[in-house]
Amino acid sequence: MVRFFNALGAPLLSFFQYLGELVLLAADTFRSIFTHKLRWKLFLNQMVEIGLLSQLVVVITGGFTGAVFAAQTFFQFNKIGMGSATGAVVSVSICRELGPVLTALMVAGRVGAAMSAEIGTMKVTEQIDALRALAVYPTDYLVVPRALAMMISMPLLVAECIAVGIAAGYFVAIFMLDINGTYYMANMVKWTRSRDIIMGLSKAFCFGILIVFISCQKGLSAREGAVGVGRATTEAVVNSSLAVLICNFFLTMLLNIIYPAGYQ
Amino acid sequence: MIAVRSLAKKIGQQEILRGVDLEVATGETLAIIGRSGGGKSVLLKHLVGLMTPDAGEICIDGQNIIGMNERQLGAIRKKVGILFQGGALFDSMTVEENIAFPLREAGERDPKALQAKVEEILEVIEMEGQQDKMPESLSGGMKKRVGLARSIIRRPSCVLYDEPTSGLDPVVADSINRLIRRLQQRLGVTSVVVTHDMKSAFDVANHVAYLHEGRIYFYGTPIELQQTRDPILQDFLLGRSDGRGD
Repeated sequence: MVRFFNALGAPLLSFFQYLGELVLLAADTFRSIFTHKLRWKLFLNQMVEIGLLSQLVVVITGGFTGAVFAAQTFFQFNKIGMGSATGAVVSVSICRELGPVLTALMVAGRVGAAMSAEIGTMKVTEQIDALRALAVYPTDYLVVPRALAMMISMPLLVAECIAVGIAAGYFVAIFMLDINGTYYMANMVKWTRSRDIIMGLSKAFCFGILIVFISCQKGLSAREGAVGVGRATTEAVVNSSLAVLICNFFLTMLLNIIYPAGYQ
Repeated sequence: MIAVRSLAKKIGQQEILRGVDLEVATGETLAIIGRSGGGKSVLLKHLVGLMTPDAGEICIDGQNIIGMNERQLGAIRKKVGILFQGGALFDSMTVEENIAFPLREAGERDPKALQAKVEEILEVIEMEGQQDKMPESLSGGMKKRVGLARSIIRRPSCVLYDEPTSGLDPVVADSINRLIRRLQQRLGVTSVVVTHDMKSAFDVANHVAYLHEGRIYFYGTPIELQQTRDPILQDFLLGRSDGRGD
């Protein structure tokens, strides 16, 4: 029994230490955002890197998810004569769940990996020590521009994903599955409320924060050369993706109280 | 300028520093010599607050830097430049951007003034016309010289050098040594040079400290070191590996 708790203790302690480091990094970053001058050039670079260069990935993800979801929903609903409800189901699902979650997973893979690899390489090649030695605080220089860019870009990317997903679902439903366009649109507009969109964008903001801090923390704690950077990058993507999926459940339960689903 | 008292540091299970005591007077050049892996670079990083000791004190201009947070250390770091072993250049920036970085961070925005200062310092490090190159296309010696230019462009009162001549050919190594001497003579810069290159140590230093088993084993002038009969120092100076001094 003692051996069991000993075996459990070390990983548990390191998990709590990791959570502590994440919270401290987040607190340090928010303090810095409000108390120190923003480096606009770095911030705009990150906006391009996170927001602009993620467009293609997000459009493809949203488009094909909306298309396939519309098709699957129609195949099931059509059996009970509810084919025209497809639009409502697709729209609400993409707004509340699929849009934010899939965009976050894609951004974690594309942007989170790049962040941790770049910062990790700077760490193991003493570039972060050089920053510190030149009296530049790494959080101000590396984390703040990324965090701000992510907080702004993620809701915009999710909005784009939702729009493309709904549009793709519409085209598949109307032109491939021969659903009546008027009923499709009427049901979709009737059942999709602004709170569904707000919920999706709120989730996007939270997921952006998770991804940026997990990825930056992994980069900043990278060790042992190329192997360490590789490990940090992998862990950043895996941990960000898991955090997004786990937090999504709790956010859904919480936000459903504030923005309840359905036609009310 | 720099005073180190009873500095101790353990990394993992290994005791790297076991009570280092050291003083560097304003305007002097101290060479810290010792065997590879003996803790010289660790000691140097402590001097600018890049590592935190387990015990001891480090005073820069009378201010104890132990216990200061990163932002408080910023003021100290503006006075102390450091040249890293590999140069530690920012690999996404050109030579010019690397050198101008400390000035930009200090608020200098005028491109002409920045360019003039960069050109002036490129002349000092004998790298005129190389400002548009990326670090990856520079040789080891060039990287060190650019790193040095970056660390001195803000005119710090003290510069720390981590193995400034390691891995360089004798001619480039000599040019770095000349540069260190020139900084001391012209600008009165206090310097701490960590090296195991004895020629470099004798060339640039007013005093030499030998770090052995985590402590300062010898402190004296280069002439006193050359005249010593201590077997451990003799082994190091003559490059003997049969351990007659042990």
